[in-house]
Amino acid sequence: MFRSYEREPNMNNRLALRLAIFGGSALVLFAILFFRLWQLQVVSGEEYLAEANSNRIREFRVSAPRGEVLDRNGEVLVGNRTSLALLINPQKLPADATERRTELARLGELTHTSLRRVRRTIAERQKVAAGAPVTLRRDVGAYLVYYLQENQDDFPGVEVQRVFVRRYPNGTLAAHTLGSVGEVSEEQLREARYRSLEPGDQVGQDGVEYSYDASLRGRPGLTRIQVDAFGQPTPGGRLVSQPPVPGDNLQLTIDAGLQVAGDAALTGQGLLGAYVAMDVRSGEILAMGSNPTYDPALFTHPISQATVDRLYSEDAGAAYLNRAIAGLYPTGSTFKPITSIAALASGAVTPTESIYDDGAFTLGGITFENAGGAVHGSIGMQRALEVSSDVFYYTLGDRMYETPPRTALQEWAGRLGIGEETGIDLPGEQAGLLPTPAWRNDLYRQRLTDRPWSAGDNVNLAVGQGDLQADPLQMAVAYATIANGGMVPRPHVGMQVEDAAGRVLREIEPEPAGQVRIDPEWRDVILAGLHDAAQSPEGTSYSVFGGFPVPVAGKTGTAERPPYADQSWYVVLAPYPDPEIVVAVTFEQGGFGADTAAPAALDILSEYFDKSAAQVSDGSGAVE
Amino acid sequence: MYATRLRQARPEPFAVRPSLAERLGLAYMDGTLALSAIALAAFSVLTLGQATMNDVPGSPNYFVERQGVYMALGIVGMLLLSRLDYSRFRELRVGIYTFLCVSVSLVFVFGFAARGSRRAFDLPFFSFQPSELGKLLLVLALAGFVIDGARRGSARQRTVRYLCLGLAPAALVFLQPDLGTSLVFGAITLAVMYVGGVPWTHLAAIGAAVVALTTLVLVVAPAVGTPILKGYQEERLTSFLNPEEHSSDAGYQQNQAKTAIGAGEMTGRGDQATQTRLDFVPERHTDFIFAVIGERYGFAGAALVLSLYALLIWRALRIVTVSKNSYGTLVAGGIAAMLLFQVFVNVGMNLGIMPITGIPLPLMSYGGSSVLATFLAVGVLQSIHMQARLSQRGRFAW
Repeated sequence: MFRSYEREPNMNNRLALRLAIFGGSALVLFAILFFRLWQLQVVSGEEYLAEANSNRIREFRVSAPRGEVLDRNGEVLVGNRTSLALLINPQKLPADATERRTELARLGELTHTSLRRVRRTIAERQKVAAGAPVTLRRDVGAYLVYYLQENQDDFPGVEVQRVFVRRYPNGTLAAHTLGSVGEVSEEQLREARYRSLEPGDQVGQDGVEYSYDASLRGRPGLTRIQVDAFGQPTPGGRLVSQPPVPGDNLQLTIDAGLQVAGDAALTGQGLLGAYVAMDVRSGEILAMGSNPTYDPALFTHPISQATVDRLYSEDAGAAYLNRAIAGLYPTGSTFKPITSIAALASGAVTPTESIYDDGAFTLGGITFENAGGAVHGSIGMQRALEVSSDVFYYTLGDRMYETPPRTALQEWAGRLGIGEETGIDLPGEQAGLLPTPAWRNDLYRQRLTDRPWSAGDNVNLAVGQGDLQADPLQMAVAYATIANGGMVPRPHVGMQVEDAAGRVLREIEPEPAGQVRIDPEWRDVILAGLHDAAQSPEGTSYSVFGGFPVPVAGKTGTAERPPYADQSWYVVLAPYPDPEIVVAVTFEQGGFGADTAAPAALDILSEYFDKSAAQVSDGSGAVE
Repeated sequence: MYATRLRQARPEPFAVRPSLAERLGLAYMDGTLALSAIALAAFSVLTLGQATMNDVPGSPNYFVERQGVYMALGIVGMLLLSRLDYSRFRELRVGIYTFLCVSVSLVFVFGFAARGSRRAFDLPFFSFQPSELGKLLLVLALAGFVIDGARRGSARQRTVRYLCLGLAPAALVFLQPDLGTSLVFGAITLAVMYVGGVPWTHLAAIGAAVVALTTLVLVVAPAVGTPILKGYQEERLTSFLNPEEHSSDAGYQQNQAKTAIGAGEMTGRGDQATQTRLDFVPERHTDFIFAVIGERYGFAGAALVLSLYALLIWRALRIVTVSKNSYGTLVAGGIAAMLLFQVFVNVGMNLGIMPITGIPLPLMSYGGSSVLATFLAVGVLQSIHMQARLSQRGRFAW
C-alpha cells in the first residue's frame, strides 16, 4: 500500500505544489516578523526607549521647608516643625469595595475620623488631583506610625511621610497679618503664580504667607529613583537627586513687642475692633491687629467646615476678618483734620479765621448740633480741633459744597487715601466708601436711595458721619500724610527677604502712593489743634493723654453707626511736633473715643516710647 | 551476495574504513539543521544567564543551569533519535497515539496545577509536561494514520477521520486548560493533512469552519452569555488588537514587551536593559524571552535569532522534499509546520501582532519539556535526512 501510494503518478507534482505553497507561506510569515521587528526597533525605537525610561523612573518630590517669618528685630513669628503625615494613595487601595471599606473604616478608627469623613476627604482631593496621594491627617503619633508599619499588609495604599508644618511660637499674635498656609486649591493651580506647583503642595492662603508666597515657598527637591514593575526601588537605583531649596525668610516691619502691647490693648477692652501703628514716613506697619482673633495653627490640621464657618460668621464676631484693613466704619470726628486740609487748600477757611460756634448749625431747616450741646463761641481751627467743635466743621462742609467745584472735601479726602485701597502688601483689603455727590446721585437715578446729594451730606461728611466708610489703616495713612508734610505713604508689613544664612536678598521699600501739596502752615495749625486736643486741659482726650510724658497729637472720634452703638475712634501722632508714629484705634460699639479707643492707643504709645503705665499715671515723667 | 563476491574477488586497493564521523553516526546528519538548533539553545542559555540573575534569590544561575541540562539532554536525545529509523514510528502509530492521549489525560488526575491549569507531572528532577512531547507524538502518529488510511474510505471520510484523530488530543489539552498547545495540535493536524494530500475543497471547508468557530467563540458566545473561553483567554486573544485599552493585564504584558523590544533599537541595551530586567515584562524567561533578546541585543540580536529559525525551518522543509518515503515527508512537514507555527505566534505575540496564547518559543523559552521535545523533533528530522542519505548514497553528493 505504501509503495502504491508513493507511485501515484500525479502525487509528486501535487506534493511539489503544496510544498512550494508551504515554503512560500513560511517566507511571508518570516518577512512579516522581520518587517515588524525593524519597525519597532529601528523606525520607532527612540520612542520606545523613552517610554521604557519613564517606565522605570519614579520621581518623588521632597517638600521644601517654607521660609520663616521674623519680626523687625529678628524674633521668629512663624517657624516650622516637622510632623508625620498619614497619606492615602487611592490607586493602591484594594479594588474590592468591601475590602476598601474595611480598610478605610479601620483607618478612620485609628485617626479618630468617621468613615464618611475619610471618604469625603479622599473624594474632595481626587476632584482636584486624580491619583495624587491624599493627606488624611497630619501630626499622627509615633505609636500609630509603628502600628501601621507593623501591619503594613492590612493597610495597602497607606503611607507615612515626614512633612513640614507651620509653627506659631506666639500663638495668636499678629494672626491676621501672618495669615495661614494650606493646600493649593484647584482654582489656584490654574493661576500663573502657582504654575510650577502640583496638587497637594502647600501655599500661603492669607496674610504675608499669601503675599510673599513666592519668596517663602522654596523649591521642592526631586529624587528620581529607578523602580521595578512593582514600584519598588531597585538597589543602587537613585539616579539624580535635586535637593529641596528652603524658602527665603521674610522679615516684617512688625515689632513683636509693640504687637504684643497692641493686641493686649485691643483684647483688654473686650470689644470688636482693630488698630494700626505705622511709621509716618516709610509706611512701615509696626503693629497691627484685629479683635477677635484666631489661632493660625488651626490651619495646620485639616480644618472642619464648622470651624471655617465660625471664623467667618458675623454673629460669632467674624474672627477671620482683619478689621484693620477691611473693617469699614464711619470715622466721626477723627475725620476733622482731613476736612481741615480740604478747607484750607480750597480756601474755604484760613488757618487763623474764626467762626462763631453757637452750638448749632442750621441748614435748609435742619439743625445740626454739637455733641453734648456744647457752645464754644468764636473759634479758629486750632481751638475747633481741641474741643472738637462740630459747628465749625459743619460750616466748612457747607462752604465747600457752596463753592465750585463743590467737591473739594471729597477730592482732598481721596488724595489722602480715604475711599481707596492703600495698597498694603496684604490680601483682603477693602476700599471703603468716600461718599460723593456723583455717587449718591447715581444711586438716586437708579432708585436705590430716596434722595439725591444735598448740602446736608457734605456737612455730615465734614465731621466723618453719614455714608463714610473707612478702616483704621486708611485713617493712619491720612494722618501720616498730614504729619509728614504731604507724602502719602504706601503702608507695608514686609521689610526684607533674606536667605537662610541671613543675607538680604531684597529690601521692601515701596514707593509712596502719592504726594499732595500741604502748606507747612496748614500742617502746623492742624497738629497744634490735635496736640491741644490730647494734652491741653480742655482737649477731648486730655483725660487719657494729659499725663503722658511724650507730647502727642491725637483726635477722638465717636461715630453714629445705627443700628449699633457708637463707633469709638482714636488716631494719634507722636511725638509732637515732629511725629514718627501714627496709631489708629477703633472699637465697634465702643462709645466715646476717649473712653475706649484712646486708652488703647495710650497703651500702644506707652510701649512704643518704653514708658511704663506706672510712670505715666504719676504724672512725673518728663518730656523727652 | 553479488556485491560480497565482487569485493572478495577484487579487494580494494585502499581499505575503506569508516571515518570517525561515520562511526559516531554524524556523517549523514544535516549539519546546518543541527547547528542552528544548538545555536538557538545556546543563545537561550546565554540570554537566561544575563537576564535572570536576580530572579531566584540565592541562586543566580537557577535557570541557566537547568536550561543547560535540558539542552544537553536534548542534544543527546537528538543524536540517539537520528540513528533510529523513523519508519518504525509508523508501525507504532497506534501505541504512540494511545500514549499521547493517555498522558495528556493523566495530567487531570496526577498533574499539579500551575497558575490555574493542570499541564504537568511533578517528576523527581523536573516537571514533565506531556503536551510538549505530545506535539511530536501527534506528528508521528497522525502521519502514520494518513499513510495507512490513504486508500480506505472516500476522500471525505478520510478527511473527517484525520480531523477527529488530530482534534481529540487537541481537545484534551484545551481542557487542561492550555489554549496555546491545543492550537499547536490543531496546526499540526492541518499541516499533516495538507501535505498528505487532502483535497483543496476540504481544506477550504475546514478553513471556513475555523473562521466561523473563531467568530463564534470570540464574538457570538460571549454576546449570548455562554462564553467558551475563560475570561483571561479571551482577553489575551483580543487585547492585541487594541492593547492600550487593556493596560491592566493582557494588554499590559503586550505593551511592556513591545516597549522592551522597541527600546533595544539597533544594537540593544545590554545591561542597561530595564524593561526585562526590572520585571516590567512578565514571563521573561518563558513566553516573552524574545522581548529580552530584543531589548538586550537589539535588532542585531533579534534578527540573528529570527534568521536561525528561518534556517531551521528551511532545512526542515528541505528534508520534506528529500525523504525516502511519504511517511518521512509527512512527518517532516508536520514538524516544520509545528516549528513555524510556534515561532510565528510566539514572536508575533512579543512584537504585538499576534494574541497572547501561551505558546513557548521552541528551543529558547525556558522549560525542560519544550526544549527536550523540540530537540527530539529535530532528531526525527535528522533521522529522515540520514535515512534518505543512506538510501541514496553514492547517487547524490550532498
